[in-house]
Amino acid sequence: MKKIKSSEITPEEVYLSRREFMKAAGIVTAGSLWLAACRGNETPASPTLSSPVVDTSADPSVYADEFGDAANTYEEITNYNNFYEFTTSKTGVAELSKDFITSPWAVQVGGLVQNPKTYDIDDLLKFEQEERIYRLRCVEAWSMVIPWQGFPLRSLLEDVEPMGNAKYVRFETLFDPDQMPGQKSNWYKWPYVEGLRMDEAMNDLTLLATGIYGKSLLPQNGAPVRLVVPWKYGFKSIKSIVKMDLVEEQPTSLWMAAAPNEYGFYANVNPEVNHPRWSQASERRIGENSRRETLMFNGYADEVAEMYSTLDLRVNY
Amino acid sequence: MTRLKKNGLLLFAHIGSLLPLAILVWDWSQGNLTVNPIQAATLRTGRFAIILLILSLAITPIHSLFGFRWIIPLRKWFGLYAAMYVGIHFWLFIGVDYGYNLSLIKADLISKRYVIVGFFAGLILLPLALTSTRGWQRRLRKNWKRLHRLVYIAGILASIHFIWLVKSDIRVPLLYGGMVVFLLALRIPVIRRYTKGLRFIRQWFPKRRPHSSSSAQSNPS
Repeated sequence: MKKIKSSEITPEEVYLSRREFMKAAGIVTAGSLWLAACRGNETPASPTLSSPVVDTSADPSVYADEFGDAANTYEEITNYNNFYEFTTSKTGVAELSKDFITSPWAVQVGGLVQNPKTYDIDDLLKFEQEERIYRLRCVEAWSMVIPWQGFPLRSLLEDVEPMGNAKYVRFETLFDPDQMPGQKSNWYKWPYVEGLRMDEAMNDLTLLATGIYGKSLLPQNGAPVRLVVPWKYGFKSIKSIVKMDLVEEQPTSLWMAAAPNEYGFYANVNPEVNHPRWSQASERRIGENSRRETLMFNGYADEVAEMYSTLDLRVNY
Repeated sequence: MTRLKKNGLLLFAHIGSLLPLAILVWDWSQGNLTVNPIQAATLRTGRFAIILLILSLAITPIHSLFGFRWIIPLRKWFGLYAAMYVGIHFWLFIGVDYGYNLSLIKADLISKRYVIVGFFAGLILLPLALTSTRGWQRRLRKNWKRLHRLVYIAGILASIHFIWLVKSDIRVPLLYGGMVVFLLALRIPVIRRYTKGLRFIRQWFPKRRPHSSSSAQSNPS
């Protein structure tokens, strides 16, 4: 398997110094924040966890993916979210989730492992954190470039020692209808479930994310910990994870259960495989007006295509 | 009095139909259309179009049930405004979203069933909008009525377009589709005979000026 491009991984000291830079930039522009507040924006100011200054100034040009495309702004990333646990309105999630309790939090990792464990957030932050700038391609044909902080899922899996017969990882989101009003809807089979094949879970690109732009994740982005699988459609990157089980059988995700003819287990970004509603051949990068062609595996073919060399991707969509 | 009521209502309908467009343009100019404004505008214009189409379809049954003759002109205007929003909706999709990129449009859209039914729904509305004038009504005689019955097909196709478009929770589009089917059902002769029995409802709306309503009846449009 090909190694991950070095340009995609920022060494920790570099991204930490970048964080310092961003913080300084935040202070410089703090005075102009009240101006931004006058813009008649319907999006609420986002609470920040790590710094008292809301760093909406995060300069996306400092951040770019390996193709040189600038990252989306913090404001875009935190105000346009699919998180049906709260609401089906993409612009409504931020406000509805602002009081979501993410501390204390426990992630139970079990199933076919030698060393089942429950991690709290401090435990997860002990894994060496990296910054990864990834494209996120939603099945609804829009996309963003997001600078995540987190660590490879592989590090955590190695920590719990999977057994030989573990073939898949099954992920589960918190189920708490009092906090997540969308879960009161019977339209979906809650809790949200997603799954990865073992080799996908162990891939270098697969990330457990804990932050964006150097700040702890906000609830709308899946706080306190979420999956990021950049070569798959966004819905595979399950948010606010409380449970991971290593299993032998292929898990059935919430979307597979809801519409099996539309959503498969793999959900790899693939311009060749059509979806009945959204164009998969092209996409709109948030912030741009014209469309872009969608890339095979969302541009990560070099890193992941080999895993599917024997699979008919039209059947296994 | 009736004339005043009619004109007041018409004015209200014009304002009510154009206001959403003004708000849309305002929101777009202010950056209030989410970070994905093209999609938001496409969805909004589609919604306005189907709501206006349903309002237009509701006029005839309301008239025949309650005898509010003065609402009849609204049928045409709601229909025309629905066609206008369909036009904007179509332009946003083909022109603004896809930038008239024919190869992309071909690859992506021809294979999408919701696009195909939506396209035909809009196509049906085009001749109806063009023949909405009194002159065309006169020229086409009986055929005008036949032609304009196609509006129900447009309504049903538009509802299917909406149902096929949403991700999973199809309650809202089903509600729209249900309204179209309900309004269509009211016009089926068997059901009409039955709803004629409901005309007693009219007595709940006493005619304060019997002479004005009788003069309106003697002057059918």
